[in-house]
Parts: sequence; C-alpha cells; structure tokens
Amino acid sequence: MSASAAISVLPIPSEVFVPFSQHIGAPSEPVVAIGDKVKVGDIIAKSTSFVSANIHSSVSGTVAGIEYIVDASGYPRQAFRISVEGDEWRPEIDRSSAFVKGNGYDAKQILEIIQSSGIVGLGGATFPSHVKLVVPHGKKADALIINGAECEPYLTADHRLMLEKGHEILEGTRLLMITLGVTTGYIAIENNKPDAIAHLKTLVKNYEGIEIVPLKVKYPQGGEKQLIKSIIGREVPSGGLPIDIGAVVQNVATAYAVYEAVVKHKPLFERVVTVTGKSVKNPRNFMVRVGTPVSCLIDAIGGLPEDTGKIISGGPMMGKALNSVNSPVAKGTSGILLVPEKLSRRSQEAVCIRCSKCVSVCPMGLEPYLLFKLGKRGFYDRMEVEHVLDCMECGSCSFTCPAKLPLLDYIRLGKGAVAKMIKNRKK
Amino acid sequence: MSSTIILLTVVTLSLLGVVSAIVLYFVAQKFKVFEDPRIDDVEGLLPGANCGGCGYPGCRGMADALVKADDLSSLFCPVGGNETMGKIAHYLGKTVAEKEPRVAVVRCQGSPEHRKPTNVYDGAMSCAISASLYSGDTGCQYGCLGYGDCVSACNFDAIHINLVTKLPEVIDDKCTACGACVTACPKNIIELRRKRPKDRKIFVSCVSMDKGAISRKACKVSCIGCGKCVKVCAFDAITLQNNLAYIDAQKCTLCRKCVEVCPTNAILELNFPPRKKTEVAEGEVSGSL
Repeated sequence: MSASAAISVLPIPSEVFVPFSQHIGAPSEPVVAIGDKVKVGDIIAKSTSFVSANIHSSVSGTVAGIEYIVDASGYPRQAFRISVEGDEWRPEIDRSSAFVKGNGYDAKQILEIIQSSGIVGLGGATFPSHVKLVVPHGKKADALIINGAECEPYLTADHRLMLEKGHEILEGTRLLMITLGVTTGYIAIENNKPDAIAHLKTLVKNYEGIEIVPLKVKYPQGGEKQLIKSIIGREVPSGGLPIDIGAVVQNVATAYAVYEAVVKHKPLFERVVTVTGKSVKNPRNFMVRVGTPVSCLIDAIGGLPEDTGKIISGGPMMGKALNSVNSPVAKGTSGILLVPEKLSRRSQEAVCIRCSKCVSVCPMGLEPYLLFKLGKRGFYDRMEVEHVLDCMECGSCSFTCPAKLPLLDYIRLGKGAVAKMIKNRKK
Repeated sequence: MSSTIILLTVVTLSLLGVVSAIVLYFVAQKFKVFEDPRIDDVEGLLPGANCGGCGYPGCRGMADALVKADDLSSLFCPVGGNETMGKIAHYLGKTVAEKEPRVAVVRCQGSPEHRKPTNVYDGAMSCAISASLYSGDTGCQYGCLGYGDCVSACNFDAIHINLVTKLPEVIDDKCTACGACVTACPKNIIELRRKRPKDRKIFVSCVSMDKGAISRKACKVSCIGCGKCVKVCAFDAITLQNNLAYIDAQKCTLCRKCVEVCPTNAILELNFPPRKKTEVAEGEVSGSL
C-alpha cells in the first residue's frame, strides 16, 4: 500500500517527548537539566551499563521538563519534554545527502561510534546494536545477515529505505562486516519486493563479499532465527543466541543508521515510520524525529479515519495497540497502523479442540495449545521445560487458532514468569 | 483336558504370587524409609486445604516443617489460625505464640462510576496479562483491573467480583488470610490487615501514587495525598508516602476521625453502625477506647 510512497520528512512538531528508555536494557541516566538548551544530536541521557544505549536530542530547543508520558509500553514513563526552537544541529553532523564512502575506520573505532551514537536494533526489538557486535570469547562470527525481509504486512519503512538509500545501506553493511571481522554479508529481502532486490543487486557489484538473497514470502521470515536458517542453513539451538552458530543479524535500518553515524557523524535520533491502514487514503512513509507524538503523524496523513478502532505501534502481527495518541515515536517504532473498528475487535473465544493448527504453524516448533493451558493454570516450571523462552511472540498461533483463543497472551505471560524464575534462581 | 489347563494356570499364578510376595517383602525391608509418624498426625490436625498460605506446598509440607522445626514462631497456618496452631504445638510438646487473625481487604474503589473508562480492553481476561500490556482501561494505572485473578486464586470462595462496581469484594467470614489473592493481584491492591472486633475496618482504599491532580482526574475516590488524615490522627497511625496515605492497622484505634476529613472519601470505614451526628460518633469512640 505505502510501498510506492517515497520517504518524506515530517515537519518538526513544536514539542517532542523523548523517552529515557527506548531500548532493551537499563534505562539511560539524564545528563541535561530542565532549562538547558540543546542542539540536534546532543546527548541528553547516557547509558549506564553495557546493555543500554545513549539518547540524543532529536530537536534543538529548551528542555522544558522531565515528565511522565504513556509510551509504547502502555505505562507512563519518564521522558524529556523539549520545546522546539529552530533546527540547529551539532556542527560536526554532515547534513548533506551526498553519499560518502566510509574509508579508514577500523573495527574498534566503528564499534565505539555505534555505541556512542545510541544505535539499537531498528527492526522493533531495540536491542542495543553494539552488544551484538562484540563477539564473546570463545565464539566466532562468520556471517553477517542484514534483515530486509520486513515480513510484517503493511510496513514499508525498510522497503523504501532500501530503494532510496541503497548505497548507504551497503556501506553500512560493509562497516558492520569490518566491525565483526567477517568477509561474508547477506542482505535478505523477501520476494515481494522485486524492485528492492533488483536495485540492490545492481549496486552490490561494487562490494565484495556482500550477497543479496531473495527469500520466499512467508511469515515470520524476518525472525532472526528464521533468517539464519533460510540463508545459511544453520539452526540456533534452543536457548542459544545466533552468535553461537557464528551469525549476527542486523536490520537494514540499523545498517543505514550505522552508515550515518560513522560517515556523517549523526547519532540515532530519527527513523523512517510507515503510517498506514485499511481505511487510510494515502498511506505514507515519513522520516520522523524521535519523540514526535503519534498524533502528529496521524495529522500528516489527513487525520484519523472515522472508523478507527485501534492505533497500533508496529505491524499487525507483533505490534502493540497504543492507549494514547500522545505517545511519542521511539527508536523502535517502525510503523503506525490504524485498524478499522470492525477488524480491531477480537472474536469470541471457543474451546480448544486439539486441531493442532497452532503446532504446525509455530516457527519454533513449540506446542502453543499446551503452553496456553500451562500458562492459564500457572504451571510455569513446566512451561520452562516446554521451551517457552524460545517463543518469539510472532503471533502465528493466535492468528491461526480456529477457536480464537488468546494463545500468545498466556504464552507471553509465561515467558515473563519463567524469565523471572530463572533470574531469581541465579541470585 | 480343559480342567488340567485351569489347574496348571492356577498353580503357576499362585506360585508366581508367592515368590513375588517373598521378594517384595525382603526388598521392602531392605529399602525401608523411616518417616516420622508424627508427620501424619500433624497433617491430620491441619485443615487440609492445601492452599499454600503457610508458604509450603500443601499441608503435608507444612506438617513436615512443623515436626522438624525447633521453633514454631516462623510457621503459621493462616487457615487453621491460633486454634489449630495451639493443638499442633500441644501435640508436639512445643510452644507457639498467638497470632492476630487477619483478613484481606481490597484497596480500590474505582468502580466505573467513580473511574471512567478511557479505552476498551479486549485481550485475554486476566489481570496479569492486561497489566503486562498496559496501564489499564482507565486513567488510573494503579487501580483494580477487575478481571478476577484474585477470584480464581481463592480456594475458599471468599472473594467475588461485584457486578455493579466491577471490583472484588471479600467475604470476611470465609477469608482465611492465606494470601493467595495478594500474590495473584498484579497491581498489589489486596492487603492482609489485622482483623478487628465485628469485622470493623478503616483503611485507605486506594493505591494510586500519582500526584493529586492526576489521580483525582482519573478517579473520584482516589487518595490525593493531601495529608489531612495524617494531621487529624492522634495516634500517629497514618503515614504519607508517594502521594498516598497509609493507615497502620496496629496503631489505628478505629476512631474514624480520618474518614470524616478525607475530601475524596478514599478512606473507607466498614461494618460500623451508621453515625447520626459527628458528636455522637466521637462520644462513642471515646467510649470504646
């Protein structure tokens, strides 16, 4: 729908709310006070531990307050309220759109830049990127996979980025390969984006070791473990990480952010967001500053369609309904999906008839119906034995269930409980 | 012919039975596990609710712990109460201190009338799941969600959702203070409080830590942290922390002064006789002191 809409820059709102925590891991500590003047790209919150990321100001202006605002988590969380004055960027940031090659950087330098620029996984999981790029002792990375599958329906942010910023993505991929010390890189794209595949295939001729891999269209093709299996034929062991089998996966948007951080000295403070939906007349892709309220994006597509029942941050399968239009766009917001009232309601639940559709559809080979029952009864230790932590919450089981059972809801509940149990055991 | 077969079968099976019995007898002797017979007796004295309120997996686990323990002070069966504990202590020849009976109270009055819904939740009907997804379908992120995780956790049929207020209500006579609902509630609304004569209770029926303006906007009967109750309390029983007042049940004398001054009616008095005039109420209080 929005695949043909070129990325346009969203006007800067008069006020932004930049949340303290926009990543998985420890929240960042604020380093500016109320009343301070900030420029675009200034660090406003510093990471406090290794698994955390810096937060940079996305606008220039005055820090007007530190307030609680409902973010994508559904809860009020601390955020900087910055009132915008002009658009003054830090002098070292190169604002031109000219493509420059990033030569002369070694692995350590690139890693440092990635860490200080606050880059996180932009596919939606928002895991701090530098953590993935540090290969633990005793393990070796031999393949970098750049995820351009964008397997959730509706979303086109990555698709547009590949079409418009192909050079930059490839350069970012090359920089990431240097960081990891690998010689093979794959850019995985689903077959439903032939234009992106063709475009990158022509550009990739200048790059050694990078291969464009067209993939079958299926959900969830863009899952980290699914991608690895499709491309290099290796399977991540249960409870393991991709690095255990020598693979590292990064999103195309992350590769682009790495290019911008290294070559253009631009920290991560804006991203491409798709605004779309069945009843949206002209779905668009916007380059949005982090902290922009979702309401501004909705205004930009001509206001909320009347029949909207749900506003989802992310895609239709894994996205989360927002409970406030004032929620800010964060680093992990890949799309805003407006769902018509009729489609947004869940259907009436029936009983499980053991049809095992959920079992056949689970990409991780789990038994969702069983995990659901265990979760409902609170048998969390048994859930751990049944590998509940391997679930990546793709939602395929709930989607396919003919009884419309909230399978994923209870599995997610169990995941949380099991993770807590394991943490307590370590203490 | 057929009679021989029957005879043969009977003899073979009987022989097999006798041999197995002998083998089993010696095996049982060899691998005999000694179990303190008192565990069975103590288990018999326990209520047999297997609720886990004592912190042990079922009454058997508790009985085992009771027999093994030198000091019973850290062990208590909330269901059986002092009576059961006294019997067990007597049986084991140990002493046990009396514990005050307690009862669960629900600290939220956010009925749809008081707390207007701001959105519609249509996910799985479980408080734990709803709480993990977002702050809830009203403006208050602390209050009761009303999907009844506490009801399904209760083994004694002592807590029910009121269909009008959409809030759980505790039946004091049935509540054993096992604490299952306290653990089940993801919002930590339910508290075990000291049981008073005639089930009289005074407590702050709100857990909102939002600032006054925010919580008032979300709910008409929220604690706004004004501190009037703290000032009026003559027994230092009320503390104010994070915009929320809390009444210490140990210090509270049930004088009801705080109930009168609370501007939002967040402080609840239950099972008191209706007061006619303020003076009368005060007179009655001094009488009961």
